[in-house]
Amino acid sequence: MSTFEPVLTRNTRRPDSEKIATYLANGGYQATRMALKMQPDEIIEMVKRSGLRGRGGAGFPAGVKWGFMPKDAPQKIVAVNTDEGEPGTFKDREIVERDPHSVIEGVIIAAYAVGANRAYVYIRGEFFLGVKRWIKAIADAYEHGFLGKDILGSGFNLDMSVHRGAGAYICGEETAMLESLEGKPGNPRLKPPYPAQTGLFGLPTLVHNIETLACIPHIIERGAEWFAGIGTAESKGPKIFSVSGHVNRPGNYELPLGVSLREIIYEHAGGIRNGRALKAVIPGGASTPMLPADQIDVPMAFETLKAIGSELGTGAVIVMDESTCMVQAARRLTKFFAHESCGQCTPCRLGSTRLYEILDRIERGQGKKGDLELLLETVQGIDGTTFCPMGAALVNPARSAIRHFRDEFESHLANKRCPVNGR
Amino acid sequence: MTELVTLSIDGKQVTVPKGTLVVDAAKQAGIDIPVFCYHPKMEPAGMCRMCLVELGRPMIDRATGQPVLENGQPKIQWAPKLETACTNVVSDGMVVLTRSEKARAGQQEILEFLLTSHPLDCPVCDKGGECPLQNLTLDYGPGKSRFLYNEKHHAEKHVPLGELIWLDRERCIQCGRCVRFQRLVAGEPVLAFDERGRDTEIITNSEPAFDSIFSGNTTDICPVGALTTADFRFGARPWELKSAASLCAQCPVGCNITFNTRREAKSGGRVVIKRVMPRQNEEVNEIWICDKGRFAYHFTESEARLRQPLIRRNGQLQPASWEEALDLAAAKLKAAGKDALILAGGRLSNEDLFNLKKLADGLGAQSVLYTHVGGGDLVTQIGLASGTNLADLGKGDTILVAACDLYEEAPIWWLRVKQAADRGATLIVVNARATRLDKHAGYVVRYAPGDETVTLQGLLKQDKIGAAIREAGNLLVFYAADGLDLNGSTSVAAACANLLIETGHFGRPNNGLIGVWPHANDQGAWEIGFRPEADLAAALKGKTVYIAAADPAGDDPRLAKALQDAGTVIVQELFQTATASLAEVVLPAAAYTEREGTFTSGERRVQRYYPAVPRWAETKADYVITAEIGQRLGLDLEAGAPALVFNRLTAEITAFAGLSYRKLAEVRPQWPIVGRADLYYGGTTYENKQGLGVHLAAAASAGESPHLPEVRKGSGPRPQEDALLAVPVTKLYDLGVTVRSSVLLEARIGLPAITIHPLTAEKMGLKAGEKAMIGLGGHENEVLVKLDETIPAGVALVPRSMGLPVSAPAPLSVGKAK
Ligand SMILES: Cc1cc2nc3c(=O)[nH]c(=O)nc-3n(C[C@H](O)[C@H](O)[C@H](O)COP(=O)(O)O)c2cc1C
Ligand code: SF4
Ligand code: SF4
Ligand code: FES
Repeated sequence: MSTFEPVLTRNTRRPDSEKIATYLANGGYQATRMALKMQPDEIIEMVKRSGLRGRGGAGFPAGVKWGFMPKDAPQKIVAVNTDEGEPGTFKDREIVERDPHSVIEGVIIAAYAVGANRAYVYIRGEFFLGVKRWIKAIADAYEHGFLGKDILGSGFNLDMSVHRGAGAYICGEETAMLESLEGKPGNPRLKPPYPAQTGLFGLPTLVHNIETLACIPHIIERGAEWFAGIGTAESKGPKIFSVSGHVNRPGNYELPLGVSLREIIYEHAGGIRNGRALKAVIPGGASTPMLPADQIDVPMAFETLKAIGSELGTGAVIVMDESTCMVQAARRLTKFFAHESCGQCTPCRLGSTRLYEILDRIERGQGKKGDLELLLETVQGIDGTTFCPMGAALVNPARSAIRHFRDEFESHLANKRCPVNGR
Repeated sequence: MTELVTLSIDGKQVTVPKGTLVVDAAKQAGIDIPVFCYHPKMEPAGMCRMCLVELGRPMIDRATGQPVLENGQPKIQWAPKLETACTNVVSDGMVVLTRSEKARAGQQEILEFLLTSHPLDCPVCDKGGECPLQNLTLDYGPGKSRFLYNEKHHAEKHVPLGELIWLDRERCIQCGRCVRFQRLVAGEPVLAFDERGRDTEIITNSEPAFDSIFSGNTTDICPVGALTTADFRFGARPWELKSAASLCAQCPVGCNITFNTRREAKSGGRVVIKRVMPRQNEEVNEIWICDKGRFAYHFTESEARLRQPLIRRNGQLQPASWEEALDLAAAKLKAAGKDALILAGGRLSNEDLFNLKKLADGLGAQSVLYTHVGGGDLVTQIGLASGTNLADLGKGDTILVAACDLYEEAPIWWLRVKQAADRGATLIVVNARATRLDKHAGYVVRYAPGDETVTLQGLLKQDKIGAAIREAGNLLVFYAADGLDLNGSTSVAAACANLLIETGHFGRPNNGLIGVWPHANDQGAWEIGFRPEADLAAALKGKTVYIAAADPAGDDPRLAKALQDAGTVIVQELFQTATASLAEVVLPAAAYTEREGTFTSGERRVQRYYPAVPRWAETKADYVITAEIGQRLGLDLEAGAPALVFNRLTAEITAFAGLSYRKLAEVRPQWPIVGRADLYYGGTTYENKQGLGVHLAAAASAGESPHLPEVRKGSGPRPQEDALLAVPVTKLYDLGVTVRSSVLLEARIGLPAITIHPLTAEKMGLKAGEKAMIGLGGHENEVLVKLDETIPAGVALVPRSMGLPVSAPAPLSVGKAK
């Protein structure tokens, strides 16, 4: 993969990378100039051809979503998702903090293509620096005429502002984010209608993760074919992988989709810490099913991970070495989800707590006969019965840990102690 | 024509209108799908996940657009996961399985989850016995929990959400029905969810807490015992209760209710009313009632009720036998002949009023209705008729509300008018001040006090408003006497009637005039021939007065004086009122809960109520007392069953022709289906098995052409330069005899208060919440001061029935409290 040229992170290591001057000096806003001279439909076609899929977790084809935006609606909105709450994921943070203008460009082009004149940025409340940089970047973009009325003389208008979240993971789910943007509690909405039909304030709304948007200027500048030339059959383009856990060099790595997990862990992240052996990897953020060490040759792509029962998610790779107790890992992850359930629907609100309680007692050596079966039944009761996709997500840690490390659970139950750390 | 859709539910072919939700389609076909958060009166929320079913649709061939066949049958594409029946809309060929193994497993799972965090304190829970969670657990739940009891969640169990409603946080299953009811139905979004996840809890976010006059309804639709009324809480078990169909007697809407009663030791072995529940009548109150109706029934059981007849001896009212009292009353009336005057209140039933009218006619005496709202003769002509249902009004229709604070005067009409506006009806509110209806109105027209009639007359000349009235598909006009007296209200009624007649909006369903009367049966009194008297004090002069169900002396010192100057006063009452204290003879009447009868609502619907409890002490029903007096005068009055009185009434009064008790008791199937087996669906509202009532025929519908009534020329009383003008307004919770004995409502009744403009207050050196002395009608009273910047300067709103002598706009002086 030596020919791969990082584009999403090309600016992030420059000094003053977040400043508009730096961005402009390195060819910034060229894509905007080009796009504003194109027909909106041409851009949508281009994004479709590029094969770009959403980077926020669900991997929905971006161009198709743009096509869903009604042509005739008088008012439309672009909502920019910078909530980044998925544990293990810290790619969006790097983008806003170090290269916010690349996203602004993506938003301008997307808004122009779907005919939206208003954009709202939703940002995780704890991203203090990110909030500051977003606001500064937007102000500078206005000053340079990239936002506001008649952008670059094209006749196209776009206003953009920032809204801070208040610390709920669920507010990253697109409809909960819309509720929160409207000033309400962040509870997901019933779908359909989808945001493209009825979104923010009842208006058609295009929701994107910021990494998805950051890809857009490059597609415009280098062409859909360039983008589609990177990656696998169904997963195109560059991707930032956030690597964390028991590796020597945790961090963000921009690599082509389709790169193997092994390459990410051993070549880019410097291998496992302290010379220990790898035990398990979560490939796409806390909500994606974990994989055992022997499956790390899988290419990091939507379709290949799906084929082995996991998901690409946000591409956040969480690495666990042999010293990790998988019961503890599952318990800790489940605790996160139980804490973050919005509480709107029964199986997530109560099922998540029940899952946590069972995992907790198994870990404490107080598990009972039948607890493993009960865990799986409870998973069954949550998956597919919840209001929003959170239910399907929250069962993944427990279910995948049992699938690959069942003996560890059984050992906890039989011996009332942990086979890994002895406690 | 509504388009129909056919689908299969559990193998049964079901045909329903397009757009129907699967859960409702099933209910219509007699198939139960368990629900908690869904309620047929509200948009689905999909939150509780109780209604999980397997759902499939015919597979469509993309190329041909035709269904794919398999063995000659359409191939079904099953949804990959269980679906919620409450959020999915039916489609042709859809297949729904509600009791398949997979569906049952899902339903069981949800119930088991709910129960893991439910206290299961059914033995002490008010809902026990009529609890959807209990019932659905038996029908759909697991026999046994796989989870541990000691992992149960604990939360606060006694949280007052206001004075009327208590919340048990542990029992709450977070279905959101209460929150959504307040937002979607009541339009008073004062409840909300706080926190998230397992900590999610219900809170009230208003000041005062749970500030809504519809709050009791949340206890009916709460599927568990989380919400209970302060009134019934720990009061009785549902299965100990008997029920009696009745009507709410607090306002002219005529809400159908059920009294739940029990004989109990702590009430001295008496049968007492334990609670008031709504009874379904989709054309009147749907399945709701307001809090006044729910909580202000205690007057019937007050120890202060009159127990036996009283006769004045040596200046003192002393107990007497019925014989003595009736003989005396009859003798006095006989002696007076046409110099008698019969004064009746709209709390009486049609039967009571009919007998009183016959008595008056027999004597050649005047029969006067005691009221401050005029124009009922116009309502009898162009009032509502059969086929009317406020729920039918929407886009293209117009509703005008004039000189009326519908929220305070007739809450359920307020609710239904608001909902019509939500559905797109144009709402025009015409008043001298802002009311709670304004925010739902398309047009708000303000007038200076005194200009009410000219303003109404000018409406047709206004561009948009004129068009909205003229071009309305249907036009309803509500009016009352906000800020006015009888005369003012009479001319408002005339102006409103003219609008309806000129634009041709009368004589057909959903069109016409509605008087927002102070009592449940004022309309009946008008229909039977009672008329108010513009100068009642003068009319009383020298008369022998027979007063039933009215307290003029308590309301107005001038009338008290007039009664002192009158001849003999005979009073028929529930309580020893100020008026009764002036009487020569006091006749104790039975409360309406203790007997049968009918009321005519403001919409001119005649409805029956049934006895709920035995008669109090020695009381008799009003119509019986009147008949027994009449018999002593040689008049043929019916003292038997009320049905017999009603038969005579229908034979004599044209509008009632053709009605009978049996007809009034007829029911038709109603939607949504509510009642015992369907508690989980519609709530604890009672099914109506005792009669939906029948509209009176309007003279205009019978082809009679109404005459254009004359409208008062010029203006009414206006504020003067240097004096405030006190104008009477109606308060929902006041000190009326039917309200004040309900201890629970004390805080809502509050102290007597006047409302003035902030500028007026500033001029007088008064602040909000302070006390002041007012001089009104020659009397001094201490009141609280409230401020409202929407009322005209120079005007003071003075509530009726709060012990302040305000029967008409009158000058008022305000000074600092001593
Ligand atoms: C529980 C949950 C949390 C989510 N959190 C985020 C998030 O923090 N950031 C994000 O971009 N998308 C998040 N998503 C995905 C969004 O719902 C949505 O799919 C995404 O913003 C669409 O943008 P994309 O098409 O560019 O990926 C979340 C989804 C779920 C179900
Ligand atoms: S699954 Fe239900 S409780 Fe959980 S986050 Fe989604 S809507 Fe909220
Ligand atoms: S209080 Fe009752 S109605 Fe309200 S959310 Fe809880 S269970 Fe539902
Ligand atoms: S989700 Fe359908 S009834 Fe609650």
